[in-house]
Amino acid sequence: MTVSSYLESRPAVAFRVFDHVAIGALRNPIWLSLLVAIAFFAARSPHFLSLFNISNILLQAAFFGFLAIGLTLVIVSGHIDLSVGSLVGLTAGLGVVLQPTLGLPLSVLAALSAGAAVGVFNGVLVERLGINSLIVTLAAMIGLKGLTFAIVGEESIIAESTAFSQLGSFRIGSIHLITITFFVLLIVANWVLTTTRHGREAYAIGGNRTAAVNAGIRVRRHVIINFAVSGFLAGLCGLAISANMGAAVPTYGDGYEGWAIAAVALGGAKLTGGSGNVVNSLGGVLLLAVLRNGLNLAHLSAHYVLVAIGVALLVALLLEKRSGAPIILPNLITKHRRRA
Amino acid sequence: MSENAFVAAGGGAKPHNFVAASREIVARFGVLPVFVVVLGVIAGVAPALLRGDNIALVLRESSIVGVMALGATFVMVAGRIDLSIGSLLSLCSYVAINLHESVGPGAAALAVVAVGAFVGVVNGVIVGWVRLNPLIATLAMMSLLQGLTLVYSGGANVYVEHADATWFAVFGRGYVLGAPTPVLIFVALALVLGVLLHMTPFGRRIYAIGGNEIAAAYSGVDVRWTVSIAYVLGALTTSVASLIIASRVMGAQANTGDGYQFAVISAVILGGTSFLGGSGTIAGTVIGVVLLAFMQNGLLLLGLPYYLQWIVTWAVIISAVWAELAAKRKRLFL
Repeated sequence: MTVSSYLESRPAVAFRVFDHVAIGALRNPIWLSLLVAIAFFAARSPHFLSLFNISNILLQAAFFGFLAIGLTLVIVSGHIDLSVGSLVGLTAGLGVVLQPTLGLPLSVLAALSAGAAVGVFNGVLVERLGINSLIVTLAAMIGLKGLTFAIVGEESIIAESTAFSQLGSFRIGSIHLITITFFVLLIVANWVLTTTRHGREAYAIGGNRTAAVNAGIRVRRHVIINFAVSGFLAGLCGLAISANMGAAVPTYGDGYEGWAIAAVALGGAKLTGGSGNVVNSLGGVLLLAVLRNGLNLAHLSAHYVLVAIGVALLVALLLEKRSGAPIILPNLITKHRRRA
Repeated sequence: MSENAFVAAGGGAKPHNFVAASREIVARFGVLPVFVVVLGVIAGVAPALLRGDNIALVLRESSIVGVMALGATFVMVAGRIDLSIGSLLSLCSYVAINLHESVGPGAAALAVVAVGAFVGVVNGVIVGWVRLNPLIATLAMMSLLQGLTLVYSGGANVYVEHADATWFAVFGRGYVLGAPTPVLIFVALALVLGVLLHMTPFGRRIYAIGGNEIAAAYSGVDVRWTVSIAYVLGALTTSVASLIIASRVMGAQANTGDGYQFAVISAVILGGTSFLGGSGTIAGTVIGVVLLAFMQNGLLLLGLPYYLQWIVTWAVIISAVWAELAAKRKRLFL
C-alpha cells in the first residue's frame, strides 16, 4: 500500500489525532531523538531512570531552559542573543553581591531588572542603531564578562541570605522549585507565542520583516520586548544557579548561550526567524540535558558535551539549510499539509 | 536662500560645517581618531606608555593578536567571520607543548600547522561549501574545539621541562638582530599577506565577494573556493600565533586562547575593516592591533583592572560598526 492510498483510505476521525501526533514527531525529529537517547542511556546505566537522577536532569535542563525560552522568542522574531551566557554570570553576581546592603527581595529584583535592562539595551542598539543583533550581542558577550568581573571580583561569593539558598534547593516531592518555575514559564511563553497578538506579530516579523512593517506592525517594540524577555530570563537563570549553589562565581553561565541556541535550533526553529516554538525547544533542552547527564553516568568525560553541542549546532544548521525539504517521509507530509 | 539650500544646490566650496566634516572623518577612518585622542590623554597622564622599553613590550605583546588578525582580515573582508580562532589557539598551543615534550620541537611545529590547516579546511567546507551561517557555524566550531582540547588535555596543564635548552624558544622569546622574533614574524606575515590581499587576483576576488557576492559569482569568481581559502588562511595564521604564545609561555592550558577571538575581531574592525565585508586593509589591521594593544597597556598603566579592556572591546565593536553604518546611511539612527 503506498503512502497516498493510505491517506485516501484512512478512517475519518479515529486516526486524525494519531496522524497529528505522528506527523508532528516525524516533522520534528527532536522528540524521537530524545526517546532514543533516553532508551540508550537507560540501557547503559541502571541509575539513569532513578527518581533522583531524573529530577537532577530536569534541574540541569531548567537552568539553560530559561535561556532557551527567551532565545526562542528572540529567534522567532528574526534575531539572536549571544549575550545571555555572560548575562547569567552578571545577574548571578548582582543577586548575591547586593544581598548584604539591599536585603534579599530587593537584590533579587535588582538582578532581574538588570537582566531586563541589558536586554532592552541590546534591543535598542539593534533596532535604533540598526546594527545586526549578532554583532550587538557578540560584543555584549565579552563586555558583560568585564562588567561581571568588575562587580563580582574574581572569586566566588557566598550568598548571605540562607532563605536564598533554601529556595534554590527547595523541592516539592522530588521536583525542584526551579524546575517547576521553568515549566510554568514554558507554558506562559507558549501561550504568549501561540495566542497573543505579541506572539503572532513576532512570527510575522521573523517571517518577513518588510511585510510586517508594511502591515503596520510595531516591529521595533516587539523586537525590543523579546530582547527584554530574553534578558529577564537570563537574570532568572543567574538567580536560579546562584541560589542552587548558594554562591556566585563570575564564570557562571559561560558557554550557556551555545547550549540554549543549540537547544532552540535542535527544536527546529529556523535561525533566520519566523518559525519555532517553545515546546519543541523544550525537546532540544531535554535532549542536551539527557546527553550531558548520560555521558557523566557513562564515565565519559563531560567535555564531550562541548563537542556534542558543536556537532548539534552544525547538524541543526544543516537541517535548517534543507528545511524546505522535510527530513523523513517527505511525501506523506506534503500530502497531509495540502489536504489540510 | 538658506545656507542648507545653498550647499544642496552645489554652490560654493565644500561645506565647512562641523557635522559634515566629522561625517567625512568617520566615513574614512571610523572610530580610529577618537581612539587616538583617548590614547593621547592616557599618554599624558601616564608618560610611561611611550617609553622605549614599554613600546617594545607592547609590540611584542601585540604580535600574537596581530598574527591572528592578519588572517582574520581575509575572512572579514570576504564578509564572513571566524569565532573559532580563540579555541583553535588553545588547541594548537596545547598540541605544541604536548608534542614538544614527546617528539621534539620540529615535529611539534609541523603538527601545529597541520592542525591549523585541518581546522581551516573544516571551517572552509562548512561555511564556504555548505554555506552555513558563518557566525553560528564558527560558534559551533568554537564549542567543538574547546571540547576537543579539554578531552585531549584531560584538563591538565602542560609545560616544557627544559625551557632554556630548546630552540623552540625562538618563536616567542628570541631576538634576531636585536628585534624580537614575534614582532618580526608579525611584520613579515603582514608584508606577505598584504601583497596577497592587495596585489593578487586572489585578493581582488576576496574584495569582490565581500562587496557583492552575487555579482562576484556572476563575474566568474569561485566563491566557495575563495571563501574556503580565506578560512584556511585565518586558521593557519592562528597556528603561527599559537607557536608564538606556546614558546613565550613554555606551557599551555586547555583554555589558553579562549576569548582571543574578541580581541582579534575588535582590532580588525578598529582598523577599518567593514563588518559587512568588501573593505579593509592589512595596514589598517596592523594599526588597529597596535592601537588596541597600546590601549590595553595604557589602561593597565593607569592602574585600572585588566577586565576593563573587555568593556573597551564592547564599546569599540559597537561604536565602530555604528559609525560605519551611520556614515553609510548619513543618519545616526535608523
